[in-house]
Amino acid sequence: IINHRNDIATDKGDRSRDRHKSRSKDSRSEKSVTINTPPAEPLLGDSSVRGEQTQDDNWGETTTAVTGTSEHSLSQEDIVRITKDLEDSVGLNCRLYLTRTIAVILGLLVFLTPLAFLVLPHILWPEKLQSCGTACEGLYISVAFKLLILLLAVWALFFRPARAGLPRVFVFRVLLAVLVLLFVVSYWLFYSVRILDAKDENYQGIVQYAVSLVDALLFIHYLAVVLLELRQLQPCFSVCVTRSTDGTTRHYNLGQLSIQRAALAIIENYYSDFPIHNPALLSASKSRAAKHLAGLKVYNVDGPGNNAAASAGLAQSQSRAMIAAAARRRDTSHNELYYEEVEHEKRVRKRKARLVVAVEEAFTHIKRMQDDEQKKAPGDVMDPREAAQAIFPSMARALQKYLRTTKQQHCHSMESIQQHLAFCITNNMTPKAFLESYLTPGPTLQYNQNHWMARRWTLISEASVTSGLKDGTIFLLKCVDFSLVVRSKKIPYIQMSEEYIDPKSHKFVLRLQSETSV
Amino acid sequence: MSFVPGQPVTAVVQRIEIQKLRQGENLILGFSIGGGIDQDPGQNPFSEDKTDKGIYVTRITPGGPAEVADLRIGDKIMQVNGWDMTMVTHDQARKKLTKKKEDVVRLLITRKSLEQAVNQSKGKYPRP
Repeated sequence: IINHRNDIATDKGDRSRDRHKSRSKDSRSEKSVTINTPPAEPLLGDSSVRGEQTQDDNWGETTTAVTGTSEHSLSQEDIVRITKDLEDSVGLNCRLYLTRTIAVILGLLVFLTPLAFLVLPHILWPEKLQSCGTACEGLYISVAFKLLILLLAVWALFFRPARAGLPRVFVFRVLLAVLVLLFVVSYWLFYSVRILDAKDENYQGIVQYAVSLVDALLFIHYLAVVLLELRQLQPCFSVCVTRSTDGTTRHYNLGQLSIQRAALAIIENYYSDFPIHNPALLSASKSRAAKHLAGLKVYNVDGPGNNAAASAGLAQSQSRAMIAAAARRRDTSHNELYYEEVEHEKRVRKRKARLVVAVEEAFTHIKRMQDDEQKKAPGDVMDPREAAQAIFPSMARALQKYLRTTKQQHCHSMESIQQHLAFCITNNMTPKAFLESYLTPGPTLQYNQNHWMARRWTLISEASVTSGLKDGTIFLLKCVDFSLVVRSKKIPYIQMSEEYIDPKSHKFVLRLQSETSV
Repeated sequence: MSFVPGQPVTAVVQRIEIQKLRQGENLILGFSIGGGIDQDPGQNPFSEDKTDKGIYVTRITPGGPAEVADLRIGDKIMQVNGWDMTMVTHDQARKKLTKKKEDVVRLLITRKSLEQAVNQSKGKYPRP
């Protein structure tokens, strides 16, 4: 910004001279008539500079502006992250507690009902009750074990740590809970009317009734396993997930899921498949885009228009004129891009070569102590952390330079690098293995998770999020820095036919082409 | 010169008579043949239709009897002394050409330029 202001001052003073201004080191003076170069026009939507147009001519020469970062700089991302953390601690936990309470109540109801069925006759009419014979006592054992199996199965399926908080309720679980509730209530109704009221004395019948209840509960649990776990295993849709900022794309196969569950599956895969989102790599294309239209300014020579419709039409024709003029202008930015990329490539390769050599040399300075070398003085023997600290300075500079060139320096702190080095030394890894996590950007899981993993995602969808995935469903998963665009396509029905090849049918002949002279 | 199976083959042919030359014990004609129904027709550089399994002249010895008789490279041999050459194996063709008892072979050959010449002459002199 400070450059722009200086240029306004110089331009207004030196209009008659040839322009040799260099705004930044990669823009050249134009051949055609280009009037001065203010910072972005309101047409580009940048409202921060509107206030400057009423300043006097000599403003730029007498003012110093502080730009760049001070020691305690805080980027926009950090601010957003702090507010997000504040929100998380006061989060909506009541829904979690509600579901837990309902689950516990339902579970207690389910487990205590058969026991109640068995125990109540003994309490209420013990004298009228027939004694329990052998078959009946055998049924006791069956009830006990089936209840135990049901307990273990429910624990395995339902009592797992919650993975996520989804926006809407999980429809299948609600259906199952309602089904179980209705089922148990109907059994209680029958029991209370036909057995409690009538004070039935056939105890074996009552025990069999309790056993049938437990059997039916086991079948409902089977239904739960099929609906909740098995149905979505068969792949039915192929989803294409694209990150909006840099276009990284992956494809996944999902089964028949609701949109919110599909979104959850995609986010879980995102953290391990997509390379980490690096905003520093996107600044180059943004600056190029800003430069395209920055050289043009539209003047309205007919005077200010009062009519709203006229000004709207004027704005449209202005933007069309700018687009046409930008297209006609002979733009050499493709050249600059090409050479810049070639230079960058060379620089990265040089730094990488220096880094690899430095690391390999550093690793030769330490070696694992053998058992028969116990006679070394205690001062020489180091644990992995100390060993890492000992060899780190020799490679620190090369590593730092390499990370700066590939714009990854904010992903790795000194502490994390030393920790990684100690880890590699402990596990007998080679220098190449140590470097691998710095040479290529890895998935988000590899980095400090508290720092990089967004905990809050927003699902933006036109269809209801509890409706199922269909062919052509599109939805967005937005987090703080970027969004993931998801498109689904149905995997087609595959018609396969067979063709049998007899192993003896593989026969070959020579291709003859003889020439005979006569 | 492609043929439709079951239909008679028509072609414009030229009669060529070659006198065999005696070289020591052998009677030679001075050219080489390629092709035959047991050979691979796709490798024939002279045929128009790559499924044509006829016998083609692949080489002419300079100064030999075939060159003297105006046989050209790329000619397709349709008949040799009355024997059909369009549906024979390579070896059968060789045998028909190298019979020791015959001094002269009368060939019926066809080539593309013959057909073109006939078409041109038909065009130039329309029938009255």
